[in-house]
Amino acid sequence: MTASGTFGYGVEFADFIDLSRLGGILVKGTTLHHREGNPYPRMAETPSGMLNAVGLQNKGVDYFISSIYPEISRLDTNIIVNVSGSSVEDYAATAEKIAQLSHIPAIELNISCPNVKEGGMAFGTSCQSAAAVVKAVRRVYPKTLIVKLSPNVTDITEIARAVEAEGADSVSLINTMLGMAINAKTRRPVLSTVTGGLSGACVKPVALRMVWQTCKAVKIPVVGLGGIMNATDAVEFLLAGATAVEIGTANFIDPQITVKVIDGIDAYLEQQGCKDVKEIIGGLIL
Amino acid sequence: MKKYVLDLKVKANIHLHENYVLLKFTTSDGTPLPDMMPGQFVEIRIDDSPSTFLRRPISVNNVDRELNELWLLVQLVGAGTRKLAAVKPEDTVNMVLPLGNTFSIPENRQARMLLIGGGVGTAPMLYLGKTLWEKGYTPVFLLGARSEKDLLQLDEFRRFGEVYLTTEDGSVGEQGYVTQHSVLSRISFDYIYTCGPKPMMQAVAKYAGAHQIACEVSLENTMACGVGACLCCVENTVEGHVCVCKEGPIFNIDRLLWQI
Repeated sequence: MTASGTFGYGVEFADFIDLSRLGGILVKGTTLHHREGNPYPRMAETPSGMLNAVGLQNKGVDYFISSIYPEISRLDTNIIVNVSGSSVEDYAATAEKIAQLSHIPAIELNISCPNVKEGGMAFGTSCQSAAAVVKAVRRVYPKTLIVKLSPNVTDITEIARAVEAEGADSVSLINTMLGMAINAKTRRPVLSTVTGGLSGACVKPVALRMVWQTCKAVKIPVVGLGGIMNATDAVEFLLAGATAVEIGTANFIDPQITVKVIDGIDAYLEQQGCKDVKEIIGGLIL
Repeated sequence: MKKYVLDLKVKANIHLHENYVLLKFTTSDGTPLPDMMPGQFVEIRIDDSPSTFLRRPISVNNVDRELNELWLLVQLVGAGTRKLAAVKPEDTVNMVLPLGNTFSIPENRQARMLLIGGGVGTAPMLYLGKTLWEKGYTPVFLLGARSEKDLLQLDEFRRFGEVYLTTEDGSVGEQGYVTQHSVLSRISFDYIYTCGPKPMMQAVAKYAGAHQIACEVSLENTMACGVGACLCCVENTVEGHVCVCKEGPIFNIDRLLWQI
């Protein structure tokens, strides 16, 4: 699958790959109301990665339903909407509207965006608030509910357990890690927001560790993401216990990376004499 | 326009200046290069450079259909462009192209058009000027730089129209900035297209606005994806934040919220 915020609404990549080969497209974070996002500059390249501070720019769920959904609902893959909000009520109201869309089989609840002043990550860094959001959304959203977790916590497994207890069907991790870049010449921060979310190859070891820990802590399926740049990276997440993976920042470096990873996983399975990808999930030898 | 991911072959790497190279690419199998419009750019992958991670956006300098060549003028800015500038003939370089929008060209072939370039911003002006000249327009170029040695590809520009120059040190052309050149008072232009350092483009935009001349600028906000997916390169406009990579890089100054 493609990670939210890195693949637009999927159609931006239609010239490069056959979108129907994807397991799913996690579309850009959607909120109840229109959001302009943060001021430019929003991005800083870092060694083996990048910082972003987009701040959930989107035109709101009603615009999504009226203007974007009709086009992307025709795509032959699973379209999953990443839902974010500034309050529990916002999350629930957005999820309730998305629940009406027949071609959206799931949502990914974003309680881990580090780039917004209110809400976002604030919900995902305490068990209590994470549970409160999931509880409210679960009440109004009957389809598959994935909760995207923040790595900016002391113990991610506690949060995972808390959202599992409130009825989440799956957790996805990790969202970006809070970071910062400074321009020494100007003595100023590179990003307009000072801090931003770090992604790319540099976060993979952290993501892998958190996925492994979380897989041991919960019974629901875990979606692994964070710095997957190639098929071997993806296989490592599967071995750590993830049942699916999302590819994010790598889409910027190679817009065809998703299908290359799919082919690469198949090649790995054949090499290893496996008939089904399930044979390697959680297959880490200790 | 359909976008492609292509491995293009380096045909020539020409050292134009201590800080600039002109790279000429062609397809490895002789198939024609995709259509590209003036103002559009390519995103180049920089291989084997641990300190750079993202692709580098570089504007199209020229497309030579007869020789099936794509020209990119590369300014050596940091580790990524320095690595790119070290390519040799026969090397292959991976590019996503063509990206972004193009300049709007009026119907009237008698329109007086001024193309203003500064520094590496002269790069897209060459392809725009050539395209205009091929379509029967009469573009005029005004190129500015610090010094004579920083003015590049002048012979190429002269093939497609009159060329006026300014240098900050007065080593060639008129001394000063592009907006101070006397051609602006001699000819009343209908359209100005510009690309260069932001302070220069803002000065040009201010001039154009004050003289009610239609004006388009080419922005180069820092980008990641290049296709409008990541929303990193936004410019604040009358319609809110829009992606420079997708809705730009060419903007009419009426859409921008520059404080000039």
